[in-house]
Amino acid sequence: MEPLQILTIPDERLKQPSEPVTDFDDGLRDFVARLELTRQQGPAAVGIAAPQVGHFQRIAIVDCSNTRKPVPNHGNLVLINPEITHWDGYEVGREGCLSVPDYTGNVIRATRIRLTARDECGEAHEYEMEGYEARAVQHEIDHLDGILFIDRVVSRRTDLFKRKVYR
Amino acid sequence: MSNWYMLTLTGEDRPGIVARVTRVLFERDMNLGEASMLRLGGNFTIMMMVSGHMDADALQQALSEVVRELGLSLHIDPMKGGLHRHVPPNLMVRVSGADRAGIVARVTGVLADAGFNILDLESDVAGTAEQPVYIMQIAGVATVPLESLEQAVSGLREEGIEVNISPVEMLVG
Repeated sequence: MEPLQILTIPDERLKQPSEPVTDFDDGLRDFVARLELTRQQGPAAVGIAAPQVGHFQRIAIVDCSNTRKPVPNHGNLVLINPEITHWDGYEVGREGCLSVPDYTGNVIRATRIRLTARDECGEAHEYEMEGYEARAVQHEIDHLDGILFIDRVVSRRTDLFKRKVYR
Repeated sequence: MSNWYMLTLTGEDRPGIVARVTRVLFERDMNLGEASMLRLGGNFTIMMMVSGHMDADALQQALSEVVRELGLSLHIDPMKGGLHRHVPPNLMVRVSGADRAGIVARVTGVLADAGFNILDLESDVAGTAEQPVYIMQIAGVATVPLESLEQAVSGLREEGIEVNISPVEMLVG
C-alpha cells in the first residue's frame, strides 16, 4: 500500500468543503487505511483529513496517543461525518499542518468539546474531549470545511485583547 | 536569491509607511523575506529581510526619497542565513512584576543560564505612570526539562516577579 500525496498551499483544493460519507463500504475502509498510512509517514502528525489528499469526503483521523508528553485521548480515532455538538472554554495553542510546510502559528480553539461521528463501519459514537485532542479534532474538522489554521492564526497582540473585550 | 540584507526602518508612526517602503522595493524587483513590523512607543519599526540584485548602497539609494519624506531612519546590514529556518518553540514564559531596574536582565539571565534560547520576546509596560508593571511573553526552546527551568526561576518569584512557564505542545494536523 502506498501513501497518498498531501496537497500543500496554495493549492485551491484545500479550500473546497467536503461532502458527507453515505456508503460505509470496503472502498471507504481501504481509503481510511491509506489515509492512516499517509498520516504515519508524515512528520509527526496527530491528525489528517481526507481533503488534504484531494479526497473531498468528511473523513478524518486523529490519534493523540503518542505525544511527547502524554495527554488525555481516545486512542486512534476514525471520524466520519464528525459534528461538534458542544463547545466550552477557549485557549490559545500552537499549530502546524501537513498542508502548510515550514510555518506554525497560534490559534484559539475550544478547550472542551462534545463530538458525534461514525467509524469506518458506520457505527455512531459520541466523545467528550479536552485540550490537545479537542484541538486536533477542531483542526481536522476545519479541513472538512475548507478552512486552514492559517485562516485562524491570531496576531501577536491585538486579537487576544479584542477577543476579551467583545466576548 | 541567497544574498539577504536586513533592513531596519524606524520613525514616527503614520499611515502608509509599509505601503511606501514595500512599493519601492517591489518596483525594483526586490524580494521580501521574513519581517517584523510593529508600533513601539508611537514609532513604527520594521525589520525586514530583502534580497535581489541590489546591494546595500543601491538599496540605500533607492529608499532615500521615501525615507526622507516619511522621516524614517534606515539601516542596512548584509546578513547570513535565509528562509525556511524556523525553529518551533517548546516553552512559553510569561513574566509580570513591578517595573524596576533589571527585571528583563534578571529573568532572561536566569533563563539563558538554564539553557533556554529565546525565539520571540514581547514586552510591554502596563499599569500607570506612578505604578508601572512590566509584562513579558517569551517563546523559546529549552533543551532542559521544564522542572529544571522552574527550579531556576523560583528565586525570582521570591523577589516578587511573577514567572509562569508552560509547555508549548505543537499540534500538526
